[in-house]
Amino acid sequence: MLETLMLSRIQFAANISFHILFPSISIALCWFLFYFKVRYNRSGDEVWMRAYRFWVKVFALTFALGVVSGITMSFQFGTNWPGYMETVGNIAGPLLGYEVLTAFFLEATFLGIMLFGINKVSNRVHTLATFLVAFGTSMSAFWIIALNSWMQTPTGFEMRQVGDAMKAFPLDWWAIIFNPSMPYRLAHMLVASGLTAAFLIAGISAYRILKDDHKPAPRLALKNATIAAALLIPLQIFLGDMHGLNTLHHQPAKIAAMEAVWHTEKNVPLVLFAIPDKETKSNKYSVEIPNMASIILTHTSDGELKGLNEYPNAHPPVAPLFYGFRIMVGMGMLMLLVSWVGCWQIYRRNELSPLMLKVFVGMTFSGWIATLAGWYVTEIGRQPWLVTGVLKTVDAVTSTPASNVGTSLAIYLSLYVVLLIAYIRTLFVMARKAVLVDRPEQIDTLQEKLVEENL
Amino acid sequence: MTDISTLSGEAFWLPVIFIGLMGLAFFIYAILDGYDLGVGILLPKDSEAQRDTMIASIGPFWDANETWLVLGIGILLIAFPLAHSMILFNLYLPVTVMLAGLILRGVAFDFRAKAPEDHKELWDRAFQAGSLLATLAQGYMLGLFVMGFADTLAAHLFAALSAICVTAGYTFIGAAWLIMKTEGDLQKRAAWWARRCAWLMALGIIAVSIVNPLVSGTIFDKWFGSPLVIVLWIIPLFCFVLFFIADRYLRRAPYPNDFGCWIPFASAAMIFLLSFIGLAYSFYPFVVPNKLDIWQAASAPESLMFILYGVIVVLPTILGYTFFAYRVFHGKATQLKYY
Repeated sequence: MLETLMLSRIQFAANISFHILFPSISIALCWFLFYFKVRYNRSGDEVWMRAYRFWVKVFALTFALGVVSGITMSFQFGTNWPGYMETVGNIAGPLLGYEVLTAFFLEATFLGIMLFGINKVSNRVHTLATFLVAFGTSMSAFWIIALNSWMQTPTGFEMRQVGDAMKAFPLDWWAIIFNPSMPYRLAHMLVASGLTAAFLIAGISAYRILKDDHKPAPRLALKNATIAAALLIPLQIFLGDMHGLNTLHHQPAKIAAMEAVWHTEKNVPLVLFAIPDKETKSNKYSVEIPNMASIILTHTSDGELKGLNEYPNAHPPVAPLFYGFRIMVGMGMLMLLVSWVGCWQIYRRNELSPLMLKVFVGMTFSGWIATLAGWYVTEIGRQPWLVTGVLKTVDAVTSTPASNVGTSLAIYLSLYVVLLIAYIRTLFVMARKAVLVDRPEQIDTLQEKLVEENL
Repeated sequence: MTDISTLSGEAFWLPVIFIGLMGLAFFIYAILDGYDLGVGILLPKDSEAQRDTMIASIGPFWDANETWLVLGIGILLIAFPLAHSMILFNLYLPVTVMLAGLILRGVAFDFRAKAPEDHKELWDRAFQAGSLLATLAQGYMLGLFVMGFADTLAAHLFAALSAICVTAGYTFIGAAWLIMKTEGDLQKRAAWWARRCAWLMALGIIAVSIVNPLVSGTIFDKWFGSPLVIVLWIIPLFCFVLFFIADRYLRRAPYPNDFGCWIPFASAAMIFLLSFIGLAYSFYPFVVPNKLDIWQAASAPESLMFILYGVIVVLPTILGYTFFAYRVFHGKATQLKYY
């Protein structure tokens, strides 16, 4: 039984981690595309359309990976976590249902028009299609974050006895959807997507310039993405802080684990780095700033923070939260530095130095690292609960034999490794192909070649 | 089984509405993703140009088509959570195989056009293999469902038969789609494919129709129980007529001026509909055969009500813009331009 639980948890983590990589790009990338399209409509300058054409291909690939990895998710609940829907299905079901109804069909249908329909519909309808796809991806984020946040901070429901089991019943849908942590988590995730997409655009564009691409489109994309990143990152730090305070209020055990506060105390130092040891319940080799954690979290230097000792056997594991949080924040600081230096260079010289171009290439997937680390903190931080105070993870797992779960996990993992390598390689192949293209209308996808042959 | 007379208003009709919606979603899925899975299975080894045209013919649609599966399984999850758990518990491995297949084909579709040229053939194979895996797994699951998830050799043999039959059905509708969306050699080839697949599918349907009442007393009674049900025999009769029409048409297809290029597709869709009605009639009101009826499996009425408002507003909108998308891309597929 324990093996099934561990394997199911690893499988869920693998599926959701692989899945989130793609929406975290596509949610914001589509708004970038909409922006390119609007600028083109306003100015009539072909360069915006060239940027659109390159990035819409990346979007199509990313979106496809997001869709197929997302289908897995809709089966996961039944295959591995039957207790989840049996207990909170009355809440989770409608939220998932609204995601399918208001988001999935919208994105999928208008994506077809966005990708293939540019000569079949008017420019206005094509712009509208781009907008609707962007709107759909954001709606999708809205519903799924509403559900995730409800699992973190459930409100608006009551538990009733049905047969021999306790089940959640909805009382107030408004309170369920806009539960206490939802606005913070949604804003934090949308901005995270903005940063992920911005660094992806900047990184691939910088790569093209380094490969001697002399066209204006990658420069334009790089400039816009750098400015977007420089504007979004301070906003993200502010939102992250608000989200942290919200978590302190509603899930104090999570904060205690993130900051490795083992015992309730005042004047808590901010631990910059340490190796938390769960045996001795203390931190080794810690580098600290005195009173700083109290100041950040309570806004007074002698503010008291609840330690893990207050939650015996019911707090999340410390190490993944402690490290995950530091990786996310560290990545955020790096993003701040890189995007601001980049902006400064663009402001002074209207271009980036070769060194900064290389740095941007190195930062191409920095958004992924920060997003994954952040999600690990918040999701592992909910343990041992699946739905805080309502359902424990261990009580929701399937009774399927561990061998079945092991088989499916092996299949998924091998697929994901292959697809991730293929995805990253293909992005750079597309960038190199784009460098070789001289005319903007040059044939550079097989579908276009096919069209040419048939004309 | 639930005693219907004990149920009051909403508690009675909400599950009925939702089982209808779920059936509708799965039916639309079978038609729409059916043809694009079928096209994937049919990809020929000997002609890259034909493969390109075939994939271009499903390009703008496959993504939305697959969403109907998410809606169908979503309604099962939302409206009948107990059944969702029970069904997926029994189908753990086939579901995994199907998902692996769907993942593979979904991404192969995009990678084939963007990866280095020499990888294209590999992605085409992945596209074909993924489509085949998905359809076989779906048919296998349908077979196990019909047999009430019995873990016997006979049940698995029946499921294997059903896997072949469903795959033949999808390839039939896929080939019929190609007859509608292509021209020239490929269209001729599609007609040949469609005819063979239609025969195989007809054999499968006959086999399932014979086995089904034999293994289940309830189903036997439903179809042979009272003299009134003679009306129901219109279903298999009509099915036979449709197969006959399709076969006669396909024998000489394609015709000058593309006469009736929609006939095979329309026949295939109608056959799907009739098979669907037959299955639904056989099992209603059970959502897990002989174990769980729709009222036992249903969510709380307040949850179903909340989602029903959304469905009433959104579903017609979805159908509307789906129709719009198909109208934008009507006509032969060769002129598709991809940005």
